[in-house]
Amino acid sequence: MADIILEMKNIVKEYPGVKALNNVNFKVERGKIHALVGENGAGKSTLMKVLSGTIPCGQYTGDVIYNGQIQKFHSIRDSEKAGIAVVHQELALIPELTIAENMFMGNERRTKRGTIDWNQTFKEAQDAMKRVGLKESSHVLIKDIGTGKQQLVEIAKALSKNCKLLVLDEPTSSLNEEDSKMLLDMLLDFKKQGITSIIITHKLNEVAYCADEITILRDGQTIETMENPDHSIDEDRIIRGMVGRELTDRYPKREHKIGKEILFACKDWTVYHPVYTEKCMDDHVSFNVHKGEVVGFSGLQGAGRTELAMSLFGKSYGSHISGKEFIGGKEVHLKDEADAIRHGLAYATEDRKTNGLILDETIARNTTLARMDKVASKYGILNVKEENREAEVYVKAMHTKTPSIQQNAGNLSGGNQQKVLLAKWMFAEPDVLILDEPTRGIDVGAKYEIYQIINEMVSQGKAVVMISSELPELLGMCDRIYVMNEGKMVGEFTAEEATQEKIMSTILSSDSSKAGKAV
Amino acid sequence: MKVSVFIKKYTMVLALVLVFVLFTILTGGRLVYSQNISNLLLQNAYVLIMACGMLLCILTGGNVDLSVGSTLCLSAALAAKIMDVGGGAGTAILVAMLVSCAIGIWQGWLIGYIHIPPFICTLAGMFLFRGIARVILDSRTIAIMDNGFLNLFTSYIQIPGVDTNKHCVSALVVGIIIAVGLTVYMILDRTKKEKQGYEVSSMGSTIAKAAIFDVLIVAYSSRLMGYKGIPVMVIWILAVVLIFAFLTSQTVFGRHFYAVGGNEKATKLSGIDPRKVYFWAYFLMSVLAGLSGLLVGARIGSVDGNMGNSYEMDAIASCFIGGASAYGGSGTVPGIMVGAILLGVINMGMSILGLPDQFQYIVKGAVLLAAVIFDVVSNHKTGKS
Repeated sequence: MADIILEMKNIVKEYPGVKALNNVNFKVERGKIHALVGENGAGKSTLMKVLSGTIPCGQYTGDVIYNGQIQKFHSIRDSEKAGIAVVHQELALIPELTIAENMFMGNERRTKRGTIDWNQTFKEAQDAMKRVGLKESSHVLIKDIGTGKQQLVEIAKALSKNCKLLVLDEPTSSLNEEDSKMLLDMLLDFKKQGITSIIITHKLNEVAYCADEITILRDGQTIETMENPDHSIDEDRIIRGMVGRELTDRYPKREHKIGKEILFACKDWTVYHPVYTEKCMDDHVSFNVHKGEVVGFSGLQGAGRTELAMSLFGKSYGSHISGKEFIGGKEVHLKDEADAIRHGLAYATEDRKTNGLILDETIARNTTLARMDKVASKYGILNVKEENREAEVYVKAMHTKTPSIQQNAGNLSGGNQQKVLLAKWMFAEPDVLILDEPTRGIDVGAKYEIYQIINEMVSQGKAVVMISSELPELLGMCDRIYVMNEGKMVGEFTAEEATQEKIMSTILSSDSSKAGKAV
Repeated sequence: MKVSVFIKKYTMVLALVLVFVLFTILTGGRLVYSQNISNLLLQNAYVLIMACGMLLCILTGGNVDLSVGSTLCLSAALAAKIMDVGGGAGTAILVAMLVSCAIGIWQGWLIGYIHIPPFICTLAGMFLFRGIARVILDSRTIAIMDNGFLNLFTSYIQIPGVDTNKHCVSALVVGIIIAVGLTVYMILDRTKKEKQGYEVSSMGSTIAKAAIFDVLIVAYSSRLMGYKGIPVMVIWILAVVLIFAFLTSQTVFGRHFYAVGGNEKATKLSGIDPRKVYFWAYFLMSVLAGLSGLLVGARIGSVDGNMGNSYEMDAIASCFIGGASAYGGSGTVPGIMVGAILLGVINMGMSILGLPDQFQYIVKGAVLLAAVIFDVVSNHKTGKS
């Protein structure tokens, strides 16, 4: 009889209009790593909120049985006291404070008098950090360590609460490959220490690597639980369970109709940091995109790809910008974003929530934002009916899931928000689209739909530049892949010759080399 | 529409109705005397007009303009002084408005292009402009004697031979015409939309809405009929309110304010220049403040260095009570009109009851707080990141 540390029985959670959890049954064996997978909106985060007490007892039906006893958690404190710790996707750290202060926020070590014992706090923080392999001093400020290490601080924070059940929500979403592997290895290490882990993730290769059991949720229901004893589970099998249909290809096929015409190009493009003006973010970068072509940009975080894209898009980033920019073969000098849009350029930001969409505005109003003149008279009087009509067209064409176009963008799931963002840029009728991380934080099913939309764009003769941190995605979608590292262009591959290993090694070998690769 | 949804959507209107009925009862019906109803909008003309401009500032991100009371005073002081030394009403108005525009350009430029935080910039303006006004007035009170000026803002529309002071039929007639026109327009508009295949509310609810408006319009104009007829100031108010309602809801220009307040970064990356938007918000605000100065000066008949003191608070309160978000990005002109009238009714009711000023302060604060708390709690709004 397996030792079940956690059983969530018949959990039902309803929000007005939607059943987020519909009789979910979830069992976790002690000492194992249990992966929880599902599309966005499947209910994974909601289930964990029920577990942690964020959704308190009384606001859901069903039982949370931990260590054999039914628990009634009214707040996160209750679940933490019981030994359950949750590390969230969005790091809840205060950049201006030290690691120790963050780790013991609200939980500082006290002296006998009741005041904070800082010496003890910093010391215990240092000990906790050792458990996760952090060698820094606990006096270091959070803003001075990288995202990977910040994630480790969060985990150390969880461990310092003597947790026996560790829940990690998308722990590697902002980590590079190296840090991700370290984190997963650490989880495997925790197993030996008797800590049970639940990991929510989109990255199926990670699931295959470290999970002992996998539970798939879809539309608020438990679909199945799979065993993964020798870590050799078939990713496609997981996808099928998540999405509910056969995904024979993760990347839709398309006809490669690449024209001779170069729709967009830049030569010797150099950009410096807007505040630290000596810091060069892009160093004499050159590239081009043809009509009907999808060109990818690979690179690690900090390679300068977003800075490149934004500076090319009407100088919306950077200072001391130099170099030449060509649209449709003609050299252009774009003054600002509006100028860029007028010249047929579009840029979909990597962070759709903070830079891309107005979350409190309707889908309709978000769709027309970049080219309101298209639905207004020449005197600037809006034709709201026309606007609504256009929004409907795009919602239909992209299969955006929403009850109406008057729904606020903030109420949509990540994948649908991304569709609205793409609709906005399609509405602007560009010739060249730069998409920065177009499928970040989006589930497998929605990703496929986004890829289809991209294919549709190039079949219409547009040129697409795709910046992405997911090498498989670039390999599956692009005709050519550029490789950037530390602000320089260091490689270029055609679709036929590119492999993950070649791209990675190009990046790594260029770390010490000085030569950029001209195009 | 379910009852709870209805209440949430029309909270402030319901509150207004409630308060109105309450005070009518408390004052034994005096609240609805012709003279009082007529004065309701006149006393609050400056609030209604300035709230339109304040809405634009608030839309951009919860920012306010603290200097408007002082701009109002300066505008009135300039006009009064010019007429006092023998200048014509036309010159006085022109100069006052030009200076208001200059103030608007100045603050709009500082806030929009130099990125001075609006709160501080307009706080400084609050002191600066009132100081300048006091210099112009030489710390005296200047009376306005120019009848042309006074009539332009404070006269009443009366058709000789048909209207008398106590029975100004033209008011009622105009009211009925407007009511009928509005009903016809609403029904025709719905029919047109229906033909084009758009979603429309049921004929029943459209007629019900029209009926409510009609009753209000006719009731109001019948009150006006009993006291001198249609005041010219109401026309000024309507003109400003209708222009700004149109701008904010039907034009690209107006939409920009909502966009910047909703997400400035996304708006900039969509090709809209936020600096221009901030500029226009503060420019238009000052222009309206200048106009209000003329209106208030004409109504009171004289100008002193304290005029307009804390008027900005009335405008700000009206906006928030009327549903503007403290974080920017939402709020409508009809909403703030309801907010302004609500405050006006409370003020007038308490005055009629003879309650001293301090009670009015307490009630004003309480109403504002209650409105904002209700708004935030009922919409589960969290701060923007």
